[in-house]
Amino acid sequence: MRPYRLVLLGITLTLAFAGPAGAEGPIRIGEINSYSGIGAPFTLPYRAAVEMAVDEINARGGVGGRRLEVLFRDDRGQPAEAIKHAQELVTADGVTLLAGGFLSNVGLAISDWARQHRVMYVAAEPLTEALTWSQGHPWVVRVRPNTYEQGRMLAERAARTGHVRWATIGPNYEYGKRAWETFRDRLRELRPGVEVVGEHWPVLGKLEPGPYVTAILGERPDALYVSLFGSDWLAFVREANKRGLFEKMFVVGILLGEPEYIDPLRTEAPEGMLVTGYPWYAIAAPAHRRWVEAFRQRTSAEPRLGSLVGYITVLSIVEALRRAGADLGADRLSAAFRGLAVETPIGPITFRAVDGQSTMGAWVGTTRLDRVRGVGVMGDYEYVPGERVLPPADEVLKMQAGH
Amino acid sequence: MVLFLIASGLSLIFGVTRIVNFAHGSFYMLAAYLTYAFAARLPLGGAAFYAAALLAALATGLLGLVVEVLLLRRVYRAPELYQLLLTFALVLVIADLVRFVWGTENLTGPPAPGLAGAVPIAGQLFPTYDLVLIGLGPAVALALWALFYRTRYGILIRAATLDREMVAVLGVDEARLYTSVFVLGSCLAGLAGALQVPRQALTNVMDTTVLTEAFVVVVVGGMGSVGGALLAAIVIGVSDAFGVLVLPGASLVLTFVVMAAILIVRPWGLRGRPAGQERAAAAGVAARPALPRAWGWALLAALVLLPPLLPTYWVWLLAEVLALSLFAASLYLLMGAGGMVSFGHAGAFGLGAYGAALLMLRAGWPMPLAFAGAPLVAAAASAVIGFFAVRLTSIYFAMLTLAFAQIGYALVHQWYDLTGGDNGLLGVWPARWLASPLRFYGLALAACGGGVALLSRVERAPFGLTLRAVRDHPRRAEAVGVNIHRHQLLAFVIAGFFGGLAGATFVYLKGSAFPEYLALPVSVEALVMVLLGGVGTLAGAPVGAAVYTLLDTVVTRYTAYWQAVLGALLILLVLAFPRGIVGALPGRGR
Repeated sequence: MRPYRLVLLGITLTLAFAGPAGAEGPIRIGEINSYSGIGAPFTLPYRAAVEMAVDEINARGGVGGRRLEVLFRDDRGQPAEAIKHAQELVTADGVTLLAGGFLSNVGLAISDWARQHRVMYVAAEPLTEALTWSQGHPWVVRVRPNTYEQGRMLAERAARTGHVRWATIGPNYEYGKRAWETFRDRLRELRPGVEVVGEHWPVLGKLEPGPYVTAILGERPDALYVSLFGSDWLAFVREANKRGLFEKMFVVGILLGEPEYIDPLRTEAPEGMLVTGYPWYAIAAPAHRRWVEAFRQRTSAEPRLGSLVGYITVLSIVEALRRAGADLGADRLSAAFRGLAVETPIGPITFRAVDGQSTMGAWVGTTRLDRVRGVGVMGDYEYVPGERVLPPADEVLKMQAGH
Repeated sequence: MVLFLIASGLSLIFGVTRIVNFAHGSFYMLAAYLTYAFAARLPLGGAAFYAAALLAALATGLLGLVVEVLLLRRVYRAPELYQLLLTFALVLVIADLVRFVWGTENLTGPPAPGLAGAVPIAGQLFPTYDLVLIGLGPAVALALWALFYRTRYGILIRAATLDREMVAVLGVDEARLYTSVFVLGSCLAGLAGALQVPRQALTNVMDTTVLTEAFVVVVVGGMGSVGGALLAAIVIGVSDAFGVLVLPGASLVLTFVVMAAILIVRPWGLRGRPAGQERAAAAGVAARPALPRAWGWALLAALVLLPPLLPTYWVWLLAEVLALSLFAASLYLLMGAGGMVSFGHAGAFGLGAYGAALLMLRAGWPMPLAFAGAPLVAAAASAVIGFFAVRLTSIYFAMLTLAFAQIGYALVHQWYDLTGGDNGLLGVWPARWLASPLRFYGLALAACGGGVALLSRVERAPFGLTLRAVRDHPRRAEAVGVNIHRHQLLAFVIAGFFGGLAGATFVYLKGSAFPEYLALPVSVEALVMVLLGGVGTLAGAPVGAAVYTLLDTVVTRYTAYWQAVLGALLILLVLAFPRGIVGALPGRGR
């Protein structure tokens, strides 16, 4: 192609794309998430619920008389790609705020871009604590309970079992390491005699389970803490089942009760595991039941945790927009999110003033097989709200200052 | 052993046709999904899985046939690497095909009927299916050996691996030989994918995750050697299993350290043979600017004058195009002028990015100094890597650079205290007085535009001409007193320097550095850009970078299936411009 044609192409495309939203047009939300790449298996149920929430809001007249419009962008699981979308959404599409995110590194990249360019970012699913603590700033908030919270929830329940010799296996990412450290440290606070006999960090997405199962069995732990997920977890379960690992030790799995991770196992799901997750099929609160029913009718699919988070993300954004009023600048939105209370299908949550972390909690329970549905489910579960495990404000301020 | 099946197919295809088949992992993935689908539908009870696996392997072979006849055959006459571009496009298309048909969620296939249990050996339970696979590997190796050493067809294949031209001269129908080898290789990839179903979850990314490992096995074993692939699969498998027990922290890097060590000691792999004199991708192309000088000035004027009139987003996008242009141009110096194809150029890019980030955040340098220092970091690392790499030729050189880039990736990924690990380094923003989009664009234009201009000067200087001489006729160049390795090393360092400058520009544009910057996809994108633009001239690299980035950006905006559309467009471009876009301009190129 000749250079002048490139330039012409550039000009044409610019004219075609540049359509800034006027003040009376819809309120646009730029949603960046991994619709392809390693996050892709988990984001479509999230997206479906975001669309459902937006339709509901618009059917009720939108926000302050303006319609809500969400522009979805695929970050491909790559931080640099996510930044490109953030640049375009904010400067070319005129979005009011950015939202979304599944992978921690992508969430951190968007968050840092938002800090630099003074744009509000509502992180939905990234789990890393750094997002709101060591790398926190006024223009980022997060909906889902982070790694630290979920690790602590599990430790408090695992401490009651009295197991002493522990091993762990998790992906060689910050997520895996922190999921283990927060769990282990809390467990030691509660049970000083705890002993660690093995730590395994396979490469994310490439788990060859045989050697790991052999190694873990060889260490003869009483209990195993697992932070694997996705395809690694599925491969591990298959191998571990064949070799009787689940009969030989007590297993704790962070996130592994979420339908995202337990449903693909179908009847191979191990029983008796202590997990955090989302037992949507059993939560009796009427508001939640209505929500599940509406979601199933609309999508003819079962909800995942991502669906719940997506729905709550939109509700939270709407509340913040209402609170901010006519001026939707980033500083006004940031102020609106601090201390914001949101009514959700699982009850009220609050975005904490100190760090913007929501108090949405997680469910802790034990897995068993539901032979009718042919999948693993959580039994004997309890909802642990974020307030119970989040550190107090002064500790958070220390972490934020340490950055 | 599954790894051996994939690797032996890849090795065969490369050995005979010299195609670096990036789509090999895609065939593997497709076969796995096909097995899953067939097994659920065939009314055969327990035998359904085995029938499905066989069917899937055959179907993959059929796909290989179609791909070879319809696509690859059209570009055999083009410089060799253009088949690589085609197979890369196929990777994109097949990835989206799988996403469209089977969705993005992970799937678990059936356990192998009759072999689902475990056998106790020495007090441990071993899965029966794995034992069967362990037996199957050598069986397939034996069958291939019989094919190669006991049939006339096998003799032809072995002959073609050693000297293709000679086989053709002797009247063998090359086209049919190539097709049959490609089909056989695809079948093996398919069989591997099918057999993996009872062991692993099916994911949309299993194509790329398996590909790197397969390359490692092929190269460690020696390209074109099935026995070598078997040996290498065992070496890599054992070192992995051993690493789990002894060096649990090193799981990310161990494979590549083993590979680098083997290549340094045995430059042609365990069982490979020194390759004959090979024609480099751009052999025989003269050093001259492909575009009239006036065009260059017009482009520069446009790049200087236009941005103030453009919307902010386009200024940012242009800055990205500039950074990638320099990145591609620096790779061009290696593979075009130098004839050294690198699969690890992301190493230079990522080290530039991390160099800038670390100098600023950890060493506390002011941003302009960190920006200037970053390319030196990349150049210094390139000097060390190049010292080992330039001793190798062709695909082995490419794979050793990949190994070093992967070692760099593992290093920044795991060194949490220094690099922040997979959470990356944040807050790598330009100094306040450079932060506005237009000013940063100015910096990018000065650094990257200047970089491309300097590279063009290097290419036409006596050094660049000598480099070409070394590329086209290393023996003769040596005979007239040229120190081959010193020239190649210098080219490697220069390419590393400018790759690093591109990475530094990129990191200040994005504000954060992540290990992904050093990973294989970034290296492959650089290759794609150079090939798309045309490997015969430096001007091709920026043109390829611009076309690829703009296409990608526009396509992504309009469809969720950006991979399929982008892949299809790439296929069309390759078929329309088999020597690259600039190479096809009238009166230029060869």
